[in-house]
Amino acid sequence: MLSWGGLKWVFAIGTTHKTALEDRGRAVAWRLIVFVTLLKPLSNLFLAWGMKELPSTLAVNPLLFLRAMVDPLVVIGILMQIVWLLTRMSLLSVADLSYVLPVTASGYVLSALLGRIVLHEQVSASRWLGVAMITLGTVFVASSPRITVAPEGRQR
Amino acid sequence: MRWIWLSAVVVSAVAGDLLQSREMKTAGEAGAPGLGRVLKLAVTRWKLLLSILCMAISFFAFLALVRTEPLSFAVPASAASFALETVLAKFVLGERLAARRTAGAILVCGGIVLVAR
Repeated sequence: MLSWGGLKWVFAIGTTHKTALEDRGRAVAWRLIVFVTLLKPLSNLFLAWGMKELPSTLAVNPLLFLRAMVDPLVVIGILMQIVWLLTRMSLLSVADLSYVLPVTASGYVLSALLGRIVLHEQVSASRWLGVAMITLGTVFVASSPRITVAPEGRQR
Repeated sequence: MRWIWLSAVVVSAVAGDLLQSREMKTAGEAGAPGLGRVLKLAVTRWKLLLSILCMAISFFAFLALVRTEPLSFAVPASAASFALETVLAKFVLGERLAARRTAGAILVCGGIVLVAR
């Protein structure tokens, strides 16, 4: 029996090379969006775990900052932040800034959920309303064209 | 002092993202570059280096801000960079802000303020 993936492949035959490239570009962009969105709250979680062990005077004491840099959890958090930055840069090469910002803001939703599930934090009604607004806004933006500007700055 | 740190957070974040977006578009003509290529671009293109410096300034200004101000002020207030970047993406980068994208950005911006409170 022919699967949906197979059907799509059959229908793809005869379409232009450009369309195939666009489909591939869309798939790559979505993989990057998912990665960027998940990595940020996860790296924040590792940083928060690592920093929790350190005194609250961390921000005013450079020596404590250096100590924080060798904490294994903080190191993992920093490495994840570096990978997040590079991945986001890659995403910005194939999507508008005004598209990337709201779509990847769904990380705030994940942060609220992680706080509730992993750290057992209380999430207020207004915060859940914020989560709903971000989710709805992300759906709106995600349904708009991913890129509207060519490299030279002219509109597509 | 809170407004000086907040301005530093917002202005440097906006400058960093605008620079990065404009510079990375020229690298994305043949599809999204892999991490190795992005790293190479980041250390060889001065505008990308400057954008990373701007982001670092924004990060440390944010740390300075939360040293004196509660997170409930710092996080929603720094979401101003989100709104400013969206507007400047239209006027500086020439991106087209259609109704759906604008409505979505406004909803997300309001949502961030509520979530971060």
